[in-house]
Amino acid sequence: MSKRVLDALIERFGADVYETHAQFGDETAVVNPARWREVALFLRDDPRCLMNMFVDLTAVDYPLRTPRFEVVLHMRSLERNHRIRVKARVGDEEGNNAEIDTLVPVWKGANWFEREAYDLMGVVFKGHPDLRRILMYPEFVGHPLRKDYPANRIQPLVPFREVTEKLPPFGPDEGMPFGRQSHDDQRDRTGEVN
Amino acid sequence: MEPLDRELDEGTLELPSEPMMLNMGPSHPAMHGTVRIVLELSGEMINKADVQIGYLHRAFEKMCERGTWTQVFPYIDRLNYVSPMLNNVAFALAVEKMLGVTVPERCQYYRVILGELARICDHMICSGAMCMELGAFTPFLYFARAREIIWEMFEEETGARVTHSFGRVGGMANAPTKFFKDMVRTSVPRVLELVAEGEKLLLKNRIFLDRLEGVGIMSKEDALALGWTGVCLRATGVPYDVRKAHPYMVYDRMQFEVPVGTTGDNYDRFMCRQEEIRQSARIIDQALAQMPDEGPINIDDPRIMLPQKNEVYSTIEATIQHFKIVMEGIKVPAGECYSYTEAGNGELGFYMVSDGSGTPYRIRIRPPCFATTQGLQQLITGLMIPDVVPTFGSLNMIGGECDH
Repeated sequence: MSKRVLDALIERFGADVYETHAQFGDETAVVNPARWREVALFLRDDPRCLMNMFVDLTAVDYPLRTPRFEVVLHMRSLERNHRIRVKARVGDEEGNNAEIDTLVPVWKGANWFEREAYDLMGVVFKGHPDLRRILMYPEFVGHPLRKDYPANRIQPLVPFREVTEKLPPFGPDEGMPFGRQSHDDQRDRTGEVN
Repeated sequence: MEPLDRELDEGTLELPSEPMMLNMGPSHPAMHGTVRIVLELSGEMINKADVQIGYLHRAFEKMCERGTWTQVFPYIDRLNYVSPMLNNVAFALAVEKMLGVTVPERCQYYRVILGELARICDHMICSGAMCMELGAFTPFLYFARAREIIWEMFEEETGARVTHSFGRVGGMANAPTKFFKDMVRTSVPRVLELVAEGEKLLLKNRIFLDRLEGVGIMSKEDALALGWTGVCLRATGVPYDVRKAHPYMVYDRMQFEVPVGTTGDNYDRFMCRQEEIRQSARIIDQALAQMPDEGPINIDDPRIMLPQKNEVYSTIEATIQHFKIVMEGIKVPAGECYSYTEAGNGELGFYMVSDGSGTPYRIRIRPPCFATTQGLQQLITGLMIPDVVPTFGSLNMIGGECDH
């Protein structure tokens, strides 16, 4: 089904379609990131494609490859009932210069998906109307879905409270959730010492 | 007494003319505790709205990269806590697509029935919560009672009420119980009765209708460009349902209609959900009639399926098989795939990259409500503050999925 879309894409963009494959029945094209938005516009408007339904946009991190990130776009045609995946590779080894054109002018649904890819992977979408973090808070440092971001790192907004002395878990007030005081207080109250 | 025709210009009172900023949520009861909307108001009209999700981020995708393929199931349950079974099945289908295996027919019917029950549950909670947010508490009780009947069935089948991690790659955790068919046959009509009674309280209520009809209208083209799927898209008049457009499992053998709306307002979304509940009941009826009583429930492949527990304890082969799958994980062939199913609120997609090992290299979930919530800003701009509540409720945002 989607094979025809790939053919149309290769016919129109020629050498800018770097490779195509069909794994597990999904047709995929890897394109030149410089022509990203052109490809998307072509896929949306060409009568052979008519991809008017935006499905998904995300990024995958391959730290050992250059370019490091793959921006992955899925879309579907309502009339033709076919799907295609288009990918573009961006960024250097350190994750810098990971820039690609925004697709918000093509499908406005790309807005939040691009913000998410920016937030979690650090891919910058040039010309995005409102490129802010979406899932993490603005003060967050780094991009958590990158492979080199440790999964157990914590960045609390409010510093953790320092507990100087731990209370014994089972004291004389055992079983009373409101009575977890230190032993000294307990003795004071019951009058054992005084 | 003061004269009525007092000139207002001479008054000393100064009314504020600046637009007012108002934070709605995240702890507003109608915002589900996870969404904040920053509103710019002139009077009670909304000039601008900024929808901010991200108050529940739980790093689903990062966590999936740390375990084996089968260890993803418990996370999947917690993504959508009103219809976890649909998510279970969707993920199992996605991994099976990469492995190139098909589960036995009996398991496919079993999955369809459980999935449709979960869909009924999902729609009822959405409709019920929406009318509760509008002040109609009694219908919510009816819907919650009906949901309870369904969850009792799930408890009987899976052993857990809400987070039943029941799906497995290559089948289900257990075969259907002996009374499964009878139980579903007697319970579904009771559910439909309760749904009809709840509807009776709502659909002739002038207040309820006034707050739904003509509020929050979305056009067909915008909905497609925004990536809307499921009920929200069908309410705008697009008959796109993954079960019809790309039938998976045994949906191509089922007779059912895809209810569509005309205007894409809150009322259409509500009514589409109610109609889909009845269509799901139809599917369940047919699947019960066609489902074989005997036969295997899981595929027979020791590299994929966990062995039966009694065999693990008694034979060395099953012990090794169990150990290999638990410690190393299923070896999924390298490559990438996108698998999609119709979940409670739209197309639930998994984009997965495998490097050939027992651990997923990348799992990306495409949650349906992430795309629908992004349209909320457009829906409520120009409306009044009270309209935010039913509009947001009718989108069926599930916090766990939206923030993955």
